[in-house]
Amino acid sequence: MLSRVADSLYWMSRYIERAEHATRLLDVNLSLMLDESATSADRRWQRLLVELGSPKEVKWTDDPYELTQRLSFDTGLKGSILSCIISARENARHVREQISTEQWHRLNRLYLQVTRPEIRPDMDAEAAIDRADQPTEFLQQVMEGVHQFQGVSDSTMSHGEGWQFIQVGRYIERAAAIALLLEAYHEDLWQHSDRIPEGNEYLEWMGLLRSATAFEAYCKVYTADVTPDRIFEFLLLDQEFPHSVRFSIDTLERALEAIHGEGGKSRAEPLRRLVGRLRASLSYSSADEILNGDIVAYLRGIQFQCRGIHEMMYQLYIDYSIQAALAG
Amino acid sequence: MHPAQAKLSEHALLKNYLLDRAYDEMFAGPDDLHPHYEPLFERFSSLPADELQRRKHSAELSFLNQGITFTVYGREDGGAEHIFPYDLVPRIITAAEWATVERGLTQRITALNLFLRDIYNEGRILKDGVVPRETVYSCKHFRRQMVGLQVPRNVYVSICGTDLIRMENGEFVVLEDNLRVPSGVSYMLTNRRVMKRIFPQLFRNYNVRPIEQYTQLLLGALRSLAPEGRPEPNIVLLSPGVFNSAYFEHTYLARQMGIELVEGRDLVTHDNVIYMRTTGGLRRVDVIYRRVDDDFIDPMAFRGDSILGVAGLFNAYRAGNVTLANAFGTGVADDKAIYAYVPDIIKYYLGEEPILQNVKTYLLTDPKSRRHVLQNLDKLVVKAVGESGGYGMLIGPHSTAAQREEFAQKIEADPRNYIAQPTISFSRAPCLIGDNLEARHVDLRPYILYGDKVTIVPGGLTRVALKQGSLVVNSSQGGGSKDTWVLSQ
Repeated sequence: MLSRVADSLYWMSRYIERAEHATRLLDVNLSLMLDESATSADRRWQRLLVELGSPKEVKWTDDPYELTQRLSFDTGLKGSILSCIISARENARHVREQISTEQWHRLNRLYLQVTRPEIRPDMDAEAAIDRADQPTEFLQQVMEGVHQFQGVSDSTMSHGEGWQFIQVGRYIERAAAIALLLEAYHEDLWQHSDRIPEGNEYLEWMGLLRSATAFEAYCKVYTADVTPDRIFEFLLLDQEFPHSVRFSIDTLERALEAIHGEGGKSRAEPLRRLVGRLRASLSYSSADEILNGDIVAYLRGIQFQCRGIHEMMYQLYIDYSIQAALAG
Repeated sequence: MHPAQAKLSEHALLKNYLLDRAYDEMFAGPDDLHPHYEPLFERFSSLPADELQRRKHSAELSFLNQGITFTVYGREDGGAEHIFPYDLVPRIITAAEWATVERGLTQRITALNLFLRDIYNEGRILKDGVVPRETVYSCKHFRRQMVGLQVPRNVYVSICGTDLIRMENGEFVVLEDNLRVPSGVSYMLTNRRVMKRIFPQLFRNYNVRPIEQYTQLLLGALRSLAPEGRPEPNIVLLSPGVFNSAYFEHTYLARQMGIELVEGRDLVTHDNVIYMRTTGGLRRVDVIYRRVDDDFIDPMAFRGDSILGVAGLFNAYRAGNVTLANAFGTGVADDKAIYAYVPDIIKYYLGEEPILQNVKTYLLTDPKSRRHVLQNLDKLVVKAVGESGGYGMLIGPHSTAAQREEFAQKIEADPRNYIAQPTISFSRAPCLIGDNLEARHVDLRPYILYGDKVTIVPGGLTRVALKQGSLVVNSSQGGGSKDTWVLSQ
């Protein structure tokens, strides 16, 4: 497979995953806001910005709808939902001949849906009441489109090298995003849990779980008896839940192994070590141990290692030196 | 046939249908359909207007969703994607008409290949004075680098798209040869696919000859060019990238042939061998179907400022380690001044009379013709010799005095760079405009492949000048296309 193609597939997939994550976070926070007092909402929207990687261009201005609007539609903002979908589609367009027609149709349709100007609610609309309903509809639409795209990718594209790069993109993005999500919640849930207004704890916990589509899956394991430590354990270390960090890294490792298989294992040794170390740490750690230690350092470590894996993978498969390749 | 009570010309569907001296693809006379258009007309007049609109809409949606779009340069919307306008009424060509076209094109491409081989080697035709030396050597697409170079199987032009138009008497003539990187074949293929979905029954009853084998034939033609000792050649399609107006076509063809689509940045040269960067390391490339112009393909051999190309490609080609389709320097044979000599070229190499005629062409290097042309600019069409896509063109009858003055100056300054032709009222075909059928000018671009032998898939791309009265069919200038049906009997 061409290195450029692998690069595009990888980023197409990362952007889709990023769009999905941002969409879900907005949706969850918009809905939780309805049950809450203004002061705690304030905290939560600020935290949302941290969960999305603290984009420099955006500041919390007391207006959740304006914030939603920007994070959804502002194409000047690289991480907005619209920007992510445009980037994903642009990457797909670069490898139009590599993905299945169904994949392209689904993604192109999503793109056309969200870029059609009439979808965008008018920011100066006088009817402020309507404003509250519009974003939810848009978010639903994106979520559905993204899910369909992922389903179609799995069922219509050969699970060869290209698909494996799609897997790598999706799960590296997810692992880092969930680690960041936990880090953003850390202060409120573990460090200063007393700061949460009385009676709001459950809402906060639910919010965290739903930010990772994890509420129902969590209940199946622990019942609806929700505690912060168990949430932590579930989102970080669960072996079977597709949005847990451990699941993501396990899948990432399998996808990378499949890719190494095509190109020769010895060359890939440094990358295998890197991924294997992270996977082992997640497989053999216990939640108590991490919770008693420096949680933030642990979570940041995961994000740091994800970046390391990304860079190493680039050196190996995408951006390698030609002289070295000729010599080898 | 329709019962005689109502005259055809009074049919509601045809109330804006213009018939004049131009040949009409559907009508032989005001109330007289060509027999091969009768079932089609019957079908279209049997459908209510809203059903026609529904089908038209469904076709357009299918193009949009598939992302079958092209990018227009230099427009205000900054290279936005547009769908190629599509007309629902197929253009029908009878088996007998096609047989002539096929023979004529085969003859023409054979002669042009011999011409290219000759001018880059012995130059017999130049010595014999059939084509003037200066005309060949002054062509900006003449590549000195190709002189004396042996190309595989002596095939310079593997893929060619020739533009044909139909004169007032119904005869097909050649308007121009596209021997460099002709495009549009993906529209031919997708138009057909959409048409079969929209009018399945009509299509079936017509016994249309299939065209779906095109990509397989193209792959065969490319494979036949593999360098010696490379029995399993690695064939790639080289595209300028996603910003090129024909990018959809590049991805379409690569996917249909199952070959890699590469860009210049994917390729590297080492020891005169071309490699592509893959995730498994460097992999050798044997045949390149290039959709990048000569000028941009190798910054070391041609334009140094190109970032689309592959440095060192020409040397690898010269060393015989990689083959290109089409070869370098083929543009000299579709230069519009050389075009005027093609009938002589055919006679010279093949000893035959040309089957397809040329349009009368005035070479402006000749002082007498030049005077005539300058006096009659309002009646003639002037074209820059090396341009395509409808750029650099003056259509006399539709021009303003200022435009004519501008072209007159350009011609005086550089007569070799322009040719003139009479304004031809080429044929019109019925198109669905609003709820009615109206007549619009059409041309025809069949695609010719030269591998082991010359093959032409029956049909081609019919381009339509959708603007009323317009003679320009290029997609960059408001043209559209329609499916072309060649009947099997």
